[in-house]
Amino acid sequence: MTKRAIPSRRDLLATGAGALATSILPRPVFSQGAPVKVGVILYLSGVQAFMGQQTRKGNDFGAKVVKEAGGPAMEFIYGDAESKPENGRIVAERLIREGCTLLIGTNDSGSTISVAQAAEAAKIPFLINIASAPQITEQGFTQIFRNFTPAGTLVGNAVARIKELGATTGVEPKTAVILHVNDTFGQGIMKGVDVLWDKQQVPIKILDRIGYDVRARDLSVEVAKAKAVGADLLMPITRVSDAILIIREMVKQNWSPMGIISPGSPGPYEKAFTDALGKYGDGYMSCVPWYNPTNKRAREIASRFEKEMDARFDLNAVFAFEAVEIAADAIKRAKSNEPAAIHAALKTTDITDHISYGGPIRFDEKGQNNNIGVVMLQNQNGKPVVVSPADASEAKAVFPFVPFDKR
Amino acid sequence: MTALYLNVISGGILIGVVYALIALGLTIIFGVMRVVNFAHGEMVVIGMYIGYGLWSAFKLPPWMLAPVAAALLFALGYALQLGIVNAFIDRPQHAQFVLFISFALMITGLHLALFGPDSWPIQTVESMQSYTIGPVRLDVLRSQAALMALLLIIVLMLFLKFSTLGRSIRAAADNLIGAQVIGIRVRKVYAVTAGIGMACAGAAGALIAPIFDTQPFLATDFTLIAFIIVIVGGLGSLTGALLGGVLIGLSEALAALMISPALKTTFSYALLVLVLLLRPNGLFGEPER
Repeated sequence: MTKRAIPSRRDLLATGAGALATSILPRPVFSQGAPVKVGVILYLSGVQAFMGQQTRKGNDFGAKVVKEAGGPAMEFIYGDAESKPENGRIVAERLIREGCTLLIGTNDSGSTISVAQAAEAAKIPFLINIASAPQITEQGFTQIFRNFTPAGTLVGNAVARIKELGATTGVEPKTAVILHVNDTFGQGIMKGVDVLWDKQQVPIKILDRIGYDVRARDLSVEVAKAKAVGADLLMPITRVSDAILIIREMVKQNWSPMGIISPGSPGPYEKAFTDALGKYGDGYMSCVPWYNPTNKRAREIASRFEKEMDARFDLNAVFAFEAVEIAADAIKRAKSNEPAAIHAALKTTDITDHISYGGPIRFDEKGQNNNIGVVMLQNQNGKPVVVSPADASEAKAVFPFVPFDKR
Repeated sequence: MTALYLNVISGGILIGVVYALIALGLTIIFGVMRVVNFAHGEMVVIGMYIGYGLWSAFKLPPWMLAPVAAALLFALGYALQLGIVNAFIDRPQHAQFVLFISFALMITGLHLALFGPDSWPIQTVESMQSYTIGPVRLDVLRSQAALMALLLIIVLMLFLKFSTLGRSIRAAADNLIGAQVIGIRVRKVYAVTAGIGMACAGAAGALIAPIFDTQPFLATDFTLIAFIIVIVGGLGSLTGALLGGVLIGLSEALAALMISPALKTTFSYALLVLVLLLRPNGLFGEPER
């Protein structure tokens, strides 16, 4: 007589918990032959909506170009994380339940981490278009693929560009002050600056670091404090709205340092910035990943985008566009809308002809593309132009920049 | 260093006066009707959009936008009170809270639907200008906004003190039954009070529009700042709202300078907790009778 195994209370609990976890985790519903549903998570409303909307335009334009080129059928479903990092996961889970087998996003490091958690749980590949926090690729996520520079690389390249600037213009600033937004992104970049500044032996002393709240509407005190430091360079780490506030305050407080150089942050190259500030927006430099103006296809895409989307082909648009091309390439090779197949295809991505400045698009074991270059932009006559490095530059840098009261 | 402190202090006082106008609207409504307007920040944002619209259409100087926004918001407040809020005056507080939170959500939703999430900046010549007085540089737009706000606050205080309607409002606030006994039409007084409260919010919104770019999500910040000010100054106290506004503007600016800019809002909340602990009725509030 065999003894019937009676499940223990522990077994029952474990089985129950497993069943519960399986039932509540979002799972995509596949349908063979149908277009691949791609969930795009962005900040389409809230304080960071401008970047999200601009990224959406890049995504839409990418979809259009891929379709024209006979690329694989893709249906893009947008999810709005409302400028709240914690919403990333909620939106991602909803998109996965709606059948998305690839996620793209999110234009913000905080919500990117949040989405990565949902993608990891559901085993759905997540292609990161814009997000620079280093920890994104250091947390053991297996589903992420980032086609954007992590803060360390971004800052490392930016520091190199700043050193080159001194050599090419013959003007060597001695001191700098950092004014940074106090969120995941801002702190990530600032920590990168701290580490790499000494490592690369930059002969510019950072006198102070001033952080401000991400929701700040008024930066008069922060700018006054930075002015009082008396540094040669202002190094802002901002988004577009705070970059505008900083320049307005600098003009009002009549503060013109030798230069304003962002070591890798959005803002100054965006149309909203140059439109809002006019001649006062000129001279601002920023070190960021960008399209390669010496690449004929990149120039054509940029020109078409500006005409057809009535917007500037800026960092947000460039990397949103490129993410769609990477997705299309992977889906085409995967020949399936199954997440595992798309994931496998993304892992073997090798795109040499692409529009961003840098080497071939390839992802390492952590899902990072390490070949993205960083250029130095300077606003000249109301638009950003590449002034460094030499193999990508379109114009010469104006340094020191023209003081505000002389414009 | 002295110049830095003088500039920061003057900037804090200027924005504090505008904050005071916002808080005044909240406190007058509470003082008379004992109703807490959770949609007050949304009214400020309506004022900002009106300011932006008037500036776009007529290119009026920013300080001239405030009276028009005040008039429009007065009409809105008056109509809302007569049409809806009066029916909730005698209902439990939670019903009033739900009503005003519903207003807040509806207004933000409407703003989003009508104007989208983007910021709408007012760009004038003054946007980049400042007055120089010795070592102090005063932002032109902030100075104009503060002066106009101060003027409106003085006019309101004089109105409440010397006009017949103002006296009726104060009577209704002090002793509701007594006011009804002597023939004051309380429901009408409530409507005028709501109109005045929202006119303050609208005027402050129009004055702020050239300083902070207009967008729907500012409303919560304004509601919170108004609450902090009226609690610090004393619920229902006009003087408390004025001085509370200046105190909050000043303390935020000094906290940003002396502690950390990232902590300036935190400092306001710390001040709020301190006042609640030491003077639960606020600096100028009177104990409930």
